[in-house]
Amino acid sequence: MSNELIAIAMLWMFVFVYSVAASIDFGTGFWSMIYMNRRQNRATNIANRYLSPSWEVTNVFVVLIVVGLMSFFPGATFTLGTVLLIPGSLILLLLAIRSAFLVYSHSMEGYERQLAIISGISGLFIPALLILVLPVTQGGFIQVINGHEELLLGKLLTSASGISYMAFAISSTFFLSSLLLSDYSRVAGEMEAYRLYRRDAILNGPLSFFTALALVTSMKSEALWLYENLLHHFWLLIASAVAFFIGYTALWWPGGKRASLPGQPRVAVLGIVVQYLLASYAYGKAHLPYIVYPHVTIESAFTHPDTFRALFVSYIVCFAILTPGFLYFWRMFMKDKRYVKQP
Amino acid sequence: MDDLQLARALFGTTMGFHIIFATLGVGLPLMILTAEVLRQWKKDKDYGIMAQRWTKGFAVLLGVAIPSGTIAGVQLSLLWPGFMEVVGKVVALPFQIEIFAFLLEALFMSIYVYAADRLSASMRILSMIFVVIGAAASAILITNVHAFQGTPAGFRMENGEVIDVDPWVGFFNPSFFVSAGHVTLSAYMTGAFTIASIAAFKLLKSNRGSKEFLFHRKALMMALTVGGLFSLGTALNGHDSAQMLHKYQPEKLAAAEGLFETQPYAPLAIGGYTDEATRSVKYAIEIPGLLSFLAGNRFDEVVAGLNDFPREYWPPLYVHILFNAMVGIGGLLLALSIIGFVWRHLLRRETFPRWLMWLFIVTGPLAMIGIECGWIFACTGRQPWVLYRTLLTADSVTQAGNIGFLFVLFVGIYILLGLATVFVLRHYFKRHPLVKDLEKVSLGS
Repeated sequence: MSNELIAIAMLWMFVFVYSVAASIDFGTGFWSMIYMNRRQNRATNIANRYLSPSWEVTNVFVVLIVVGLMSFFPGATFTLGTVLLIPGSLILLLLAIRSAFLVYSHSMEGYERQLAIISGISGLFIPALLILVLPVTQGGFIQVINGHEELLLGKLLTSASGISYMAFAISSTFFLSSLLLSDYSRVAGEMEAYRLYRRDAILNGPLSFFTALALVTSMKSEALWLYENLLHHFWLLIASAVAFFIGYTALWWPGGKRASLPGQPRVAVLGIVVQYLLASYAYGKAHLPYIVYPHVTIESAFTHPDTFRALFVSYIVCFAILTPGFLYFWRMFMKDKRYVKQP
Repeated sequence: MDDLQLARALFGTTMGFHIIFATLGVGLPLMILTAEVLRQWKKDKDYGIMAQRWTKGFAVLLGVAIPSGTIAGVQLSLLWPGFMEVVGKVVALPFQIEIFAFLLEALFMSIYVYAADRLSASMRILSMIFVVIGAAASAILITNVHAFQGTPAGFRMENGEVIDVDPWVGFFNPSFFVSAGHVTLSAYMTGAFTIASIAAFKLLKSNRGSKEFLFHRKALMMALTVGGLFSLGTALNGHDSAQMLHKYQPEKLAAAEGLFETQPYAPLAIGGYTDEATRSVKYAIEIPGLLSFLAGNRFDEVVAGLNDFPREYWPPLYVHILFNAMVGIGGLLLALSIIGFVWRHLLRRETFPRWLMWLFIVTGPLAMIGIECGWIFACTGRQPWVLYRTLLTADSVTQAGNIGFLFVLFVGIYILLGLATVFVLRHYFKRHPLVKDLEKVSLGS
């Protein structure tokens, strides 16, 4: 494997981890807002218990992706930094409002509702804007004016790809977060919350699946090169669809003796994560060698080889050092019954 | 204003806003850790309450520090793509390692806050140690990039191309250690004086001899001690920083001191402002020979003046005022903590006089003003370069336009978040007065 491929594979991995974690994060903020008025079922409680310790960690991955791109592919930074000034700034503003008001809502007794609404709504716009980076890199939305590159934002927002990508982002946000929360409420033994989140997952599963199909169709008319490359990975896409089928139907599998409702939410979460993993792997491979079609490739944008080596080594060392910390974190907040089940 | 000025204004405002929260984000964990350790050492539950209450405040501040830091990090690529292209090729390391330092902080901060009831005392202290390490390492690594801008190393530019790259030489650039030390020590100092301000204000309002009075006096003495130690450290390190400028960025030192003629026995100008027309510092107190001595440890050291450099490469002359404000505030804070210590422990007085209390109350805001002056001095003093004598700021700015519109948006959000944070903190601590925490503890024991 060449240095360029290793670098883009690592970057792809960061993007994948963030997109799943962030979908869950933003979606959870949204559900926490939706179920705020129904005090009896504790669905908001469950959402907040997941969100409070985890949002900071999730947020780090935004920076990880930007730094990963800037350090591995400085040549792409120039183009993307220039064309994404406006949408990137909007994302930053929303991110600031969302995070700050999330924290405020936990410290302002009497105002939790209003603050959680601001945080929940702004959180929903972020995935929709973030995903727009993908159609931008597919080509057709960047114009060279007076020697510098400019984004055709109006065209992007009204194009079939722009709209289908945003729909996909929002439905995935709902789907992934409700799935994870149904698993989390099962672990907590909150059957009423489980009933709600399972229902949300059942509603949003097909929605996310069909918006994904719409997205691929939009590619056919607006980024044919990518569509044709994607068809080379036809079997990966089929495998991804099978994973969706397994994960989605797991919501009706028998849930064990004590459960009053059917479903194996843990299997469902794993199945759906595998679905997204396979699909985004196929997408990433089809996208090569372009970072931004048609001018920026992984070769043309690559960093200095010595810098790459130093970065690669320090990534390995840093992840190795932090792994025990992640495991401890996981044990403390995802597995420890004393935390998950607290009143 | 043109796009360059607007981009500088936007990024400068972002940094100016973020620095407040980032500095407290480095400084407060050390105070929380100190309180946790004192609680175990002195077996005094008051220190445990301090740690709890400061952690609550810190958590709210983090809610702004994290997104504003994310904004700063991403804005670098959005506003200065030309600069980040060089950074990406040469000194991407500190940015990348910084993320892991921050992850360490975020993980253990969550553990410390949300799992506190399930942790033993020693695990609590260990978690806080990781938070302190993560926070300091983040600050040090970001300062590393700032140091690289002042003393770029580990590459050459030829016809706009970056060649001969050695990322580790770039990382260990000449001003790294001294700059990182300055940022960390001054952040600890500022965190401590922020606590001192609040404690002094509360102390002034509580009845002498009451439980709250004793609580706030303990907090004040602890903050003054930590603040005094670190302001001494900052001052000593500041001396090294000036010598570093003398060696590597002589025009920056010359602008800081308002020195035009290159000379031995150079005087130190305190106060006043630099007048370009007469090429002198007006209304300043001049101490003959002191600048030479500070720069090179000898009175006949030749210090370069601005006249030696082409006019277009001069830093803005107002940096003299910023530099003086930073140094003056540092000196004042050091003096105040010594007076406080002497008053309480050598003269053994139970209370401080009112005038002294009011001086303690302003230490926190003063320290923050010092931090802002220092950063503005450090960054505008490097102009017109984004990479000293290598890359002009004007050549690295974005071509995208629309920056004026973004400037307004971001300034609006900073004002909103700044006010909201003050409001939330006040609201929370009004609802959770210290008396309740003290009662809870005395009922529990």
